[in-house]
Amino acid sequence: MRVHFKTSYEQDIRFFEDRWTLFLYASLVILAFALPYLIDDFYLGEMTNVLIWAVAGLGLMLLTGHTGQASLGHAAFLAMGCYAYHILVKYGVTFIIAFPLAGIITGGLGMIIAIPALRLRGIYLAIATMAMSILVDDIIVLTAPWSGGVSGMFSDPLNLYWIQIDRWGTPVAFYYVVLIVIVLVTIGYANILRSPTGRSFVAVRDSEVSAQAMGVDIARTKMLSFALSCGVTGLAGALMGMFSGVFNNETFSVVISVQLLMMIVIGGLGSIHGAFFGAIVIGFLPQFLSISKGWVGDMIGGSAVAIPGLEFGVFGMILIAFILFEPAGIYGRWIKIRTWLELFPFYRKGMFKRQKSFLKTERLQ
Amino acid sequence: MSLLEFENVTLKFGGVIAVNDLSFNVEEGEVFALVGPNGAGKSTAFNLISRFYEPSAGRIQFDGHDLLAHKPSEVAALGVARTFQNNELFDHSTVLQNLLIGRHRHRQTNFLAEIFFSPNVRKQELQNRHMVEEIIDFLDLQPYRDKMIAGLPYGVRKVVELARALATGPKILMLDEPASGLSVEETADMRWWIDDIRRQMGITVLMVEHDMGLVSSVCDRVLALANGAKLAEGTPEQVQTNPAVVEAYLGGAA
Ligand SMILES: Nc1ncnc2c1ncn2[C@@H]1O[C@H](COP(=O)(O)OP(=O)(O)OP(=O)(O)O)[C@@H](O)[C@H]1O
Ligand SMILES: [Mg+2]
Repeated sequence: MRVHFKTSYEQDIRFFEDRWTLFLYASLVILAFALPYLIDDFYLGEMTNVLIWAVAGLGLMLLTGHTGQASLGHAAFLAMGCYAYHILVKYGVTFIIAFPLAGIITGGLGMIIAIPALRLRGIYLAIATMAMSILVDDIIVLTAPWSGGVSGMFSDPLNLYWIQIDRWGTPVAFYYVVLIVIVLVTIGYANILRSPTGRSFVAVRDSEVSAQAMGVDIARTKMLSFALSCGVTGLAGALMGMFSGVFNNETFSVVISVQLLMMIVIGGLGSIHGAFFGAIVIGFLPQFLSISKGWVGDMIGGSAVAIPGLEFGVFGMILIAFILFEPAGIYGRWIKIRTWLELFPFYRKGMFKRQKSFLKTERLQ
Repeated sequence: MSLLEFENVTLKFGGVIAVNDLSFNVEEGEVFALVGPNGAGKSTAFNLISRFYEPSAGRIQFDGHDLLAHKPSEVAALGVARTFQNNELFDHSTVLQNLLIGRHRHRQTNFLAEIFFSPNVRKQELQNRHMVEEIIDFLDLQPYRDKMIAGLPYGVRKVVELARALATGPKILMLDEPASGLSVEETADMRWWIDDIRRQMGITVLMVEHDMGLVSSVCDRVLALANGAKLAEGTPEQVQTNPAVVEAYLGGAA
């Protein structure tokens, strides 16, 4: 069992709680950088995919998990980032500039879109944002001269000074690009969370009334959250485009939006870890299903059968199971297991029981 | 000039007149109480000061500012802090994080600096921690510092709300029923704290409270309300013995 003795205020604002946590995360990052030497190109490609989804998950987590604004339209921002980046590159802008610029453009668009959405909450907001996904599909078709419309667009290898990087030709280099992006995004995210901006997001999520009474401007806070969230999602979109190599108006459909939202719910809303856990589930589920389909096929003596929509169905079932049995997601479950281990043998059964909260009859709206 | 001035303020909710042509002044440095039967309009008066509602008539002045010209999120910056009748804490954050949000109005940095956690952000965070830690000491919240609000007992939550309001460094502190639901010991603590807040920190207190014992022991002046209008104003004794007030309470109970 670890006990923290706090000797200075520095300790609470530190990036890592203590040496042990620092050691853990440092090992994880080292492992991530060593990964290309440990696994083959196929699995490295899968890992790259997981990390790209995690970037998108971080984007949505900021808005939904930390600011409490549900969005079913984030595929639209993936698309915006993807097209912004690739169109910039087509006009000769280099990766180092085009990539962040794609994020900034998407963030700006997200902030503008947030303005009409400010009055909406919960399910209504989710439905309104869903319309975004559909709208973007049409816009891509209408702007075919630049976007390639229905016939799509190819992603050229990215030029980084002396080397050309693309997912098939240089999978290791592409993996490192994605890894560096996600490390930077995660650091920025964690910094936001330990600063006034992050606290204002959480305040808006938990109680708009008292956030206001503390001097938090609700509209501006939500707009900033949309901007940052969409910006990060745009970066993920650009990476997704590079990863898939070719994309068109249907690549970023509403289904992707739904999948993204499910992913952060399963991973655990309101934590950075949740985005990563969710991405691992999303990324490896198809593999896991095809393997288990093989087993089932062997068991019943027939060949593996193709079941359309199986992946999505299983995903939906996992989601329902989480909402029923572990609303705090994989990260929430992990915290419980960790606490159990740390406190062993002093863990009390009711420790994480959700307390019934008192009446909130007179809540102001 | 008084710190807070209500001038002929009226607020209607459809047919209900929640606040009816109400005028009163709160002087700097005093503890002022609003009392009255349920539904008298006490919390509504607080919500008017917080700018949650737009009055249909009247003026509200605070510290030389016309409050009605400000947005709800600007009121805190003028030096107004409050608690809520039914706790409105940030339930999925720790006590410490709740208090730190109280420091929001003193924020000097923007989100860009915060993404990089620049030296200025670090300095500001340390300052915030320092201020908040003093309040934690003052209100004996040390055992709960890193606990989630969602798991805390009711009495502690009330203290956390008081602490969060104090963390804003206010000129006036508005407490909506600070002692409701508290045990006898907790109420006694609350009394000492309110006294200290006024005497040591020099903060003006405006409170709504049903517990007349608490009101008479900490308040300088009391305003009794019924149906949104003023019944009586004066020292706690004067108000408690005022025939109109006695009538309102007995009439309400009968
Ligand atoms: N948002 C609202 N919409 C409609 N009516 C309201 C609203 N808020 C308050 N009221 C009404 O205004 C009147 C005053 O309510 P208020 O909450 O100010 O009473 P109070 O004096 O704080 O009472 P209590 O002691 O029960 O807290 C009541 O009749 C109440 O029903
Ligand atoms: Mg009330």
